[in-house]
Amino acid sequence: MSEKQVKPGWKSIPIGGVCWKSSEEYSTGDWRSNRPILDSDKCTNCLICYIYCPDSCISWDGEKITINYDYCKGCGICATECPVTAIEMVKE
Amino acid sequence: MSVKQKIIGINGDEAAAYALKQCKVDLLSAYPITPQTIIVEKFSEYVANGEVETEFVTVESEHSAMSVCIGGAAAGGRVCTATASAGLALMHEMVFVAASHRLPIVMTVANRALSGPINIHPDHSDSMAERDSSWIQLYAENPQEVYDTVIQAFKIAEDPTVQLPCMVMFDGFIVSHTLQNVSVLPDNIVDKFVGRRRIPKINVMGREIEYKLDVKNPLTMGPLALFDYYFEHKRQQEEAIRNAKQVICEINDEFAKISGRKYGDGLLQPYGHEDAELAIICLGSTAGTARTVVDEYRTKGIKVKVIRLKAFRPFPASELKNALKNLKLVAVLDRSGGYGAIGGPVFNEIRSILYDCKERPRIVNYIYGLGGRDVTPKLIKKVYEDLEDILKTGKVEENVKFLGVR
Repeated sequence: MSEKQVKPGWKSIPIGGVCWKSSEEYSTGDWRSNRPILDSDKCTNCLICYIYCPDSCISWDGEKITINYDYCKGCGICATECPVTAIEMVKE
Repeated sequence: MSVKQKIIGINGDEAAAYALKQCKVDLLSAYPITPQTIIVEKFSEYVANGEVETEFVTVESEHSAMSVCIGGAAAGGRVCTATASAGLALMHEMVFVAASHRLPIVMTVANRALSGPINIHPDHSDSMAERDSSWIQLYAENPQEVYDTVIQAFKIAEDPTVQLPCMVMFDGFIVSHTLQNVSVLPDNIVDKFVGRRRIPKINVMGREIEYKLDVKNPLTMGPLALFDYYFEHKRQQEEAIRNAKQVICEINDEFAKISGRKYGDGLLQPYGHEDAELAIICLGSTAGTARTVVDEYRTKGIKVKVIRLKAFRPFPASELKNALKNLKLVAVLDRSGGYGAIGGPVFNEIRSILYDCKERPRIVNYIYGLGGRDVTPKLIKKVYEDLEDILKTGKVEENVKFLGVR
């Protein structure tokens, strides 16, 4: 996950609570309290985690899966659904 | 020099409708409720006669009326609505949304008591319940002032340093349904005074764009802001409503130049003897009744004062401190209860600002006129008599009294 940035104060944000940047820049991953850790030796590339991830944070490049910690909120569905227990939830 | 004006016999509601017509609103959405109904009835006549180009949106509730106004103002339009009592209460959620979206909507409120028991007559319980919504709140005294204040309200709300919605209040029936000779400005003069709505520019994803819904320059309004940004947005609202104070004063002066009419400094309107030791502070139509009593006392050589608070939000703290500094005793008249609090809302605010003053008058509170209970000169005299007693004896029996209750 990206480094914590100093957030702007009330004088430097636009009025009305309008979205002034893309949601891509809003790292919802900092809500997470438990981080999924993948053991690639155990992983069979079955892609069940890829299908189940509600935040589309697991991607598949044709060879291996990766987890995007910028947006993963640590729900743990991937770890629960993994049939070979290749994903472990670790406290942040 | 003020311009030549036409005098027409209209009530407070009609005066509001006439001003809205002259301000060329793009959209009006409202739901009928006594005693506001005439505003929208009258305005619908203007629409039917083709006197205005306003989009007139009928809705099934006040919650929807305010929601439509939010949409219209977000799209860049000059927008207004009118309501009272239960209607304002039903809007409550969207009243806060309008302000937090920084949309300069103007809402005329013919003050009426909140249920229950159900009651259609005036008190300020409806608008006082919205006092922390970050809307500008201006209380007008008579139909003439309703007309004048509605015109000013658009200019105040739409000021680039403000960008907040504005409520214009006046007492139901006493003002809304009472005829007065109202001086109205020519259409072109009002048009020139109010101008077109100015939309602020904001920086979105590195681009300067107008803060409005526009398919060519898309933006997202009303998203989620949690503990990380909500607080900053609320701080911005506080700054905006503080800015409104100076704007109200400037526009009061500017309006005086074209109309010849001025309401104190725009925030407060004191009346009576300069050296008075006793004063009453009140909102709305009661000030007129109090003024007749002040005049009567003047003929007897008794020096008293009445200070009408026109702006309740933003609260004119420094101006009030200045206005009260030479007084010995002040009675604050509240036309809404402060159930479980120490007195009514106006009393609470004023007593709070006096805490900072080294020399301050003693202050007492009267809750009065609830549900339209009549406010007579006799009743106002009772307050001045009480103040004279307190001044003589130095004793305050009760800080908060209920004036005119059986």
